[in-house]
Amino acid sequence: MTGLTLALRRARLENRAFWRNPAAAFFTVVFPLVLLVIATMALAAPLGGSEQAARFYTPSMMAFAVVTACYTNLAMGVVLAREAGILKRLRGTPLPGGAYMAGRIGQAVFVATLLAAVMALYGALVHGVAVPLERLPMLLLGLAVGAASFSALGLAVSTIVPDAGAAPALINATILPLLLVSNVLVPLDQGMLATVAAVFPVRHLADILAAAYDPASPLAAGAGWRAMLVLATWGAAGLVVAMKTFRWSPRG
Amino acid sequence: MPARCYGPTVATNGKHPGDAVRVRGLRKRYDRREVLRGIDLSVPAGSIFALLGPNGAGKTSAIEILEGYRERTAGEVEVLGEDPALGGRAFRERIGIMLQEGGLEPYLTVAEVLDATRTYYRRPRPLDELLAAVALTEQAATRVRRLSAGQRRRLELALAVCGSPELLFLDEPTLGFDPVARRAAWDWIRDLAAAGTTVLLTTNVMDEAQSVAHRLAVLVDGVVVAVGTPAEVVGQGVELTVIRFCLAQPAPELPRELVRAGALVAGDVVEIRTKEPTRTLRDVTGWALGQGVELRDLTVRARSLEEAYMELVESARA
Repeated sequence: MTGLTLALRRARLENRAFWRNPAAAFFTVVFPLVLLVIATMALAAPLGGSEQAARFYTPSMMAFAVVTACYTNLAMGVVLAREAGILKRLRGTPLPGGAYMAGRIGQAVFVATLLAAVMALYGALVHGVAVPLERLPMLLLGLAVGAASFSALGLAVSTIVPDAGAAPALINATILPLLLVSNVLVPLDQGMLATVAAVFPVRHLADILAAAYDPASPLAAGAGWRAMLVLATWGAAGLVVAMKTFRWSPRG
Repeated sequence: MPARCYGPTVATNGKHPGDAVRVRGLRKRYDRREVLRGIDLSVPAGSIFALLGPNGAGKTSAIEILEGYRERTAGEVEVLGEDPALGGRAFRERIGIMLQEGGLEPYLTVAEVLDATRTYYRRPRPLDELLAAVALTEQAATRVRRLSAGQRRRLELALAVCGSPELLFLDEPTLGFDPVARRAAWDWIRDLAAAGTTVLLTTNVMDEAQSVAHRLAVLVDGVVVAVGTPAEVVGQGVELTVIRFCLAQPAPELPRELVRAGALVAGDVVEIRTKEPTRTLRDVTGWALGQGVELRDLTVRARSLEEAYMELVESARA
């Protein structure tokens, strides 16, 4: 069987296990969707109306969904599989390591895509906020580069988690602060925290998706490419770290 | 004593079989601790080889080096003619591994885990045969997390076998099995070996090793202290027979020559170890008949592997 077929089969298998795991399915799928609905309702007044709130939160929750599916969910899944000896067992079979990782990434990207589609529909049908057709390529490319980059970073961060007990704390500690200062969970466009956030990848993904939804955004004029480049550079760095330090066995 | 008293012997067809595993001067060091200190092993193709030894003796380190999981510090290792440290996909196609613990996806069913792993191999065994062999046919649709510890272990055994390996590694395979499952598992492993599969296992259950293994090695503190057929390891040069009985109270003293022959008296239990079982048994029964004493629960048996093993470990550590 070719590597690609094996990777697709792995993705399907991981996906089946994913939906049967209540913790994974809740935090990755239900949480971002609930957050989107609540934020567009509760923050309508401070943001100047429900359409304004939806214009901010639809793309920002898409960014959040990409990060939780591809970074948090992928890193947690890999660490738990490694600590349970699943990676070690698979390593002893002819399954190529790359096919396993591609399967994991494929599953994460599938969930991220599904969430983005549901959110786009929610924004359009409930709040009348849609992506202008000429900006659709930007949205799709941003989602693709974001998913790839955060998957690579998720694999990279799995290598610094020593054991299963430390996984939720360590993985969330690396991403929650960034989500808070990157104009994702709360609007935060200016100031020192926003400047710091601009170094890291979350802000750039949020900017690209927000620009796709906002015809007046200056990013569309070309700064969009710069944001993509920063995002992709982070992803490439993550890939290098992951390839160099990835572990198939628990420590010891 | 002929070897068949202890279990099956490898059919060699008059020829010397090749070795599936050959190890010379294997050393493994973690930081400052050396867990394998120069090991030599040969596992003939098509045989069942048991690696015995107390916890921490280096069994798992040795077997994981042969599987390709760990790198060795020094020595020569050849597994199916290849260096496992360099073994790629083609090498892993030829081996099957049952790790000491774990490795199952909790949210998948028994059939899903088995079927997925089967697709990684070119010559997978039929799913039905695998399920039946480990008595999990009824649990095929059960998720792994709902299985008992013994059922999980059986699934791990089926996973190790599912690619029709030439060489099967089993690290403490029957830990947690109930007696029925244990016997079924060994019957299956014997059948696989009879069909040509080489089996290298570790265990701490001595009667199991004695009945199933063609050859075994005892590893203590990183050194092989005994190697050979079970008969050879039990005998270690002196073939001992154990005669054991209870003396009805009140009983006269045992004759002096029997005490000298090695009688151990604990309470009313007498145990005599002898190299001349026929003569000693005649002496004991003659004495008992003469004294009018009944030898209750009289047994005569060969020294067990467990007894030989205990002595080997104690003397190696003394």
